Amino acid sequence: MKVLICPLNGPRNISEFIYGGEYHPNPDHIEASSREWAEYVFFHRNVAGIVTEWWCHSASSYWFLAERNTLTDEILRTFNTDEIFNCRVEFSSRSNSEVPSG
Amino acid sequence: MPFGLLKYGLSNDYPAERHFSPAGELKKHYDVVIIGAGGHGTGIAYHLAKDHGITNVAVLEKNYLGGGNTARNTAVIRSNYLTEEGVTFYRESVKLWQNLSNEFNFNVMMENRGQLTLAHSDAAIRSFRWRAEVNQHLGVRSELVDRQQMAELVPNLRMSEDARFPIIGGLWHADGATARHDVVAWGYAKGACQRGVELHQLTEVQDIEVTQGRVTAVLTNRGRVECGAVVQAVAGASSVVAKMAGIALPIHSYPLQAMVTQPYKPLLTPHVSSPHVHVYVHQTSRGEFVIGGGSDPYPLYNTRATLDQRESLSAAVLELFPFLAQARLLRQWAGITDMTPDYSPIMGLSPIENYYLDAGWGTWGFKATPICGVTMAELVATKRLPDIIAPFALERFYRFEQINEAGATAASH
Repeated sequence: MKVLICPLNGPRNISEFIYGGEYHPNPDHIEASSREWAEYVFFHRNVAGIVTEWWCHSASSYWFLAERNTLTDEILRTFNTDEIFNCRVEFSSRSNSEVPSG
Repeated sequence: MPFGLLKYGLSNDYPAERHFSPAGELKKHYDVVIIGAGGHGTGIAYHLAKDHGITNVAVLEKNYLGGGNTARNTAVIRSNYLTEEGVTFYRESVKLWQNLSNEFNFNVMMENRGQLTLAHSDAAIRSFRWRAEVNQHLGVRSELVDRQQMAELVPNLRMSEDARFPIIGGLWHADGATARHDVVAWGYAKGACQRGVELHQLTEVQDIEVTQGRVTAVLTNRGRVECGAVVQAVAGASSVVAKMAGIALPIHSYPLQAMVTQPYKPLLTPHVSSPHVHVYVHQTSRGEFVIGGGSDPYPLYNTRATLDQRESLSAAVLELFPFLAQARLLRQWAGITDMTPDYSPIMGLSPIENYYLDAGWGTWGFKATPICGVTMAELVATKRLPDIIAPFALERFYRFEQINEAGATAASH
């Protein structure tokens, strides 16, 4: 069986993992139009080549990222999320006074 | 006809009929360039030529005719979907299938065997009842069947209540069928070539020239070809080709693996599928059991076969047909399925005026081949969008009007 190296648990069979989709940055959650949200939710780059994507080790519920070649099925590297998410992401909503009327 | 046959039989040199145009030089310009010579691409070319008299058409194929997913699918034809749009579309396709051998003068070996989908849970029964009602309303033969009826339809199906997932009911779809997949591409290509369409194999489109919102030419490994319109019909590479034209699609490409056993005497008439244990199986007219299942667990553009999938398909099919434990596997292979978020295709117009999409064919492309040929050709020739494919536009994802067929797959993916 194919082996994937979990940053937390080390090398494990790939059947222990769940593929979690392409990594793509969040749109601006206040300013994004519904078209941008549609693109974020539905549209994918679906690259034939090297991609960065989410994986989860299901036994330990540990989420991490992997670089994988989708032409050769080689996993090039797995790494912790703090390589990309290295500062706090604000999800605060608009204050009431800023909400456009109507 | 009998005299022609007699003359042929008595002749000394057995003249072979040429089915496809000889591979000549590419012309500088075509009215329509179709990328991909599978069933869909050749079907569109055929109907452009036959129904609309458009014959300055080139079908460009990077490999060989019908060598992609047309050769790799498991040849299931059915229309027991869940949404009105989906059922209507596939129903019209199944009707066209019935006459395809006459249309081609070429035997596609269409066999109306029926399809039985198995329910192993109350939730599945509820969804089957829903599908049966929608199907019957739209003139498709689907009905709920109980265990006794199932045992009569498929006598060697394991109905034991001691099974890990006992079968509690089923959805019987009398319109379910199978056909010989290669012949569909050959038949369409032959009919198209006879009417003047050019088939160019080993001709890979490497880039697409777009000027001021219009496609002007495609660049191939054999040079530049100007074109009035382009249709992409490249199941398994939809995202890659669309990207050349600057179009993003809501697709993830996953392999789907299948396998066949050695041939046996006829044992199994209908197609049997179980979304619950992720397997479907039917016996070909040659006697082989074709066993397929869900897509691979992660996206990939590689048609390798894995031991993991062989194990899981085998385990699942033995739950249903234990006698297959004695069977030897002949082959295992994969096709690439372009999965869309709602399990419906992406057909019709694109953001580029003269670039047409026939994409997102996931695991439902083969059965739709004839209706795609007719409707896409009509769209390209008349610039009018046929009602039957209008709901499958790429725009639906921006309008949040998806056509959810995730509940109607033969083996959940």
